[in-house]
Amino acid sequence: MILTDDERRMRDGADGPAVAAAMDLLIRYAAALDAERLCTVRNVAGTTTQPSPLKARLVAEGGWDRAFSVINLDADETLPIPPMAVPTCQLQQGFGPDSVDVVPYPADFVALQSDAEVFYGGRGVSVLATCTPYQVGNLPVRGEHCAWMESSAVVYANAVLGARTNCEGTASTGAASLTGRVPCWGNHHDEHRRGTHLVRVDTPVATFLDWGLLGYFTGDAVQEARPVVTGDHALPDLTDLKHFGAAAASSGGVEMYHIPGVTPEAPTTEAAFGGARVPEPLVYGAAERRAMYERLNDQGDSPDVDFVLLGCPHASLDQIRDAARALDGRRLHAGTELWIMAPRALAAVAERSGYTAVIERAGGRVLTDSCPAMSRAAPEGTRVFATDSAKQAHYLPAILGIEAWFGSTAECVDAAVTGRWRGELR
Amino acid sequence: MSGARTVLRGRTVVPGVVEGEALVSEETISGWGGIDPATGTIIEARHPLAGVCFTGRILVFPGAKGSSGWSGFFQTTRLLGTAPLGMIFTVTTTKAALGAVVTRVPALADLDGDPVRLLRTGDRIRLDATAGTVDLLNRAMPG
Repeated sequence: MILTDDERRMRDGADGPAVAAAMDLLIRYAAALDAERLCTVRNVAGTTTQPSPLKARLVAEGGWDRAFSVINLDADETLPIPPMAVPTCQLQQGFGPDSVDVVPYPADFVALQSDAEVFYGGRGVSVLATCTPYQVGNLPVRGEHCAWMESSAVVYANAVLGARTNCEGTASTGAASLTGRVPCWGNHHDEHRRGTHLVRVDTPVATFLDWGLLGYFTGDAVQEARPVVTGDHALPDLTDLKHFGAAAASSGGVEMYHIPGVTPEAPTTEAAFGGARVPEPLVYGAAERRAMYERLNDQGDSPDVDFVLLGCPHASLDQIRDAARALDGRRLHAGTELWIMAPRALAAVAERSGYTAVIERAGGRVLTDSCPAMSRAAPEGTRVFATDSAKQAHYLPAILGIEAWFGSTAECVDAAVTGRWRGELR
Repeated sequence: MSGARTVLRGRTVVPGVVEGEALVSEETISGWGGIDPATGTIIEARHPLAGVCFTGRILVFPGAKGSSGWSGFFQTTRLLGTAPLGMIFTVTTTKAALGAVVTRVPALADLDGDPVRLLRTGDRIRLDATAGTVDLLNRAMPG
């Protein structure tokens, strides 16, 4: 493997033991990938502040230096952690102080996380606390090499922004933040960004629900490959693409896709395939749409809904406003709670725009920083939940052992108001 | 059954040598949301191995899927003492590669045959990830 002079110096300890440990991890990781060299990055999105029992134990043993050393650098020793070498943001984390008494989330975790924010903020980590850093100001430029984790953010960065990142992990982003390097492999190379499969949409895709179903189909059909989506679809907006990518990254491992005429590296279908022969299409028609809907809804038996969850990945302002409109003048069912998960920066805008007041008058909540999947915390006693997120419908039944219904935002709001699931595929 | 025979050759992901029982997953594995690191158990409801523990066994699987929490969850199995003994996987991704590195178990990929078809759960195997070989020591009884 080829290392630059700077990289060798970092490995040998010129910038201190934490940077040396970071470089050691990156070298082991690059070897595991059979990468020839490292890429220079100046945009890292990772996780450091979110609490866990293991992290609490490590912090008790040796403070945040120890937690970062062991978890984010894969080191055995406790190393003094210097400021981040390149711009780094915190992704979603545990529920924060604004959720105390609302979310059944351990108070000691909230305190641990607040302590972490002080430590990592002091070392230059921007505490965006969202799975959607691209919604709140972290926008890499086209072609920029990044080290991001969070599957839904990775696919958005590659496909929609045209930035270049693999699906990194806790340790590789930690090491990247102290070195400004990550293995140059996979999505960093032109030849690994071109389309591999053609998905032809033969049934109209225009709504938020439909972009989720199409994403769930696409991920299942291509797994880790790179789909090119053409056919009978409307022009997607940020919210549609956020849902599509998250669904495709949940049912498969999609990190890159093209929508010719929409996404930046695919002016045409031919360009999306880089001039290679366009393959026979995988067809997404009415039968495939129904099959995806039924698969996402095969984890629900009881129509009595205790909990409605909107916003995964974190809600856009459009989603918060749509929910507020749907809830305006109505009142949640006595036994049902509704949470909308959003980045804290957007929640501030929703509040001053009056959307939050409408949602709260109905009995719902706008919550920030986290989500029930990340924090493993839903309203006390939840047995059945409903969501407009294909990703949450996919993951939450396993994580929390609850039943799931998947449908449109309007159907989810209806379930919150009536306490009954009445969704159907239209 | 007498004498080990090399059944697969592959590329070193993490060097090292282990001997143990294979646990073969026909489907890809999700880390975050798919395993419980406290017990070393696969928990994804629809997974064929849902409820099965991989601790101390050589995990043979097609590859990693789902969230980027994959590596962190498998790293946690090492720190909690519930890690698999080794990993053999078909498709190299950043999730599986980094996951194997931070789990710090011998790991092999890019094999010359399909490990999921050629190995069975219960087979006793020797994984020499340094040399890049998988030897079959004892075949599991069919059924």
